[in-house]
Amino acid sequence: MSITQSVIDVVTKRTGSDRVAKVHLRIGKLSGIVPDSVRFCFELIAADSPLAGAVLVIEEPLGLAHCRECGEDFELRDLILLCPCGSADVAVVAGTELAVKSVEVV
Amino acid sequence: MCVTCGCGDSTAVRVRIPGAPDHSHDHDHPHDHPHDHPHDAAPDPAAATVTKSKTIDIEQELLAKNDSLAEGNRGWLAEHRITAINLMSSPGSGKTSLLERTIREAGGERTVCVIEGDQETLFDAERIRATGAAVIQVNTGAGCHLDADMLRRGMEALNPPDGSLLFVENVGNLVCPALFDLGEAGKVVVISVTEGDDKPLKYPHMFAAADLIVINKIDLLPYVDFDVDRCQRDARSLNPDVDIVSLSVKSGAGLKSWYEWIKVKVK
Repeated sequence: MSITQSVIDVVTKRTGSDRVAKVHLRIGKLSGIVPDSVRFCFELIAADSPLAGAVLVIEEPLGLAHCRECGEDFELRDLILLCPCGSADVAVVAGTELAVKSVEVV
Repeated sequence: MCVTCGCGDSTAVRVRIPGAPDHSHDHDHPHDHPHDHPHDAAPDPAAATVTKSKTIDIEQELLAKNDSLAEGNRGWLAEHRITAINLMSSPGSGKTSLLERTIREAGGERTVCVIEGDQETLFDAERIRATGAAVIQVNTGAGCHLDADMLRRGMEALNPPDGSLLFVENVGNLVCPALFDLGEAGKVVVISVTEGDDKPLKYPHMFAAADLIVINKIDLLPYVDFDVDRCQRDARSLNPDVDIVSLSVKSGAGLKSWYEWIKVKVK
């Protein structure tokens, strides 16, 4: 819920009291945040703000990792750091995003 | 994460000193409180120029504010040569017991201070106070984790001496505290063998964030189905470089390795 509150804080800091119709978020698959929970909390928290009733559009980038052993990039479906080649020497390169991309004001 | 558990009302957070009258802040404020954080929540004046039906690019990380406050804490701690260690776990894993014993046995070399995080009560702070260490309790109300601003307020109230060792006992929760950088030098996750060896894979974010995993209550291993090897293997599949120490606060087994780890962190 504090994450959802921070969506409202970040947006109103930029848009003041203007009514916001749509909020574009980026919540990576490996961010640890569940988009459905954000949607649920958003309705509650936004109710008394200029974001009340705004549509949430959530982009969910896939987890991606780079293997330092074989040099391949591969999709990471969870936080278990294992390349299909068997190496555990991998770096997460995408999927941990947690950001407000843009908003549409009316 | 904490989107599901109802936390986040920062006005409900109370910083409390055990043994002192509760300073509940429902009175007028004749005295001045230090108040030096930036007020960045004010609407941007540029917002007034926003026209109707317009898309505005924002591109801001949601944790940016916490991360910047955590960097402030990190700088302040470094300046005062204070090593802060953040203890996280589910409730009842033995964090407070570990701290009590650590302060009694290893507290001689350096001043040890503690910031306790719990939703309610001064129970843990009272236990720490009984060891003689300086302690502050942060009650988060509905909140399920400590954030960098709560730690800052706790440190302001505690005023830990230069060169001290500061333990931060986070709110018992294996989920949300993993996301919030406090500015600490090390994150420790405590898991007790009664909780089950499947916790690393069930709560991967927490175990991925840890610098050290403490497996506690190993004196109970004969009575529970906890596979220490499986727990270690799963934890390392998420976090290959994590240090792991198995110990029992009750029997004292393995505590030496814990004290060694702290020594290395302090250097």
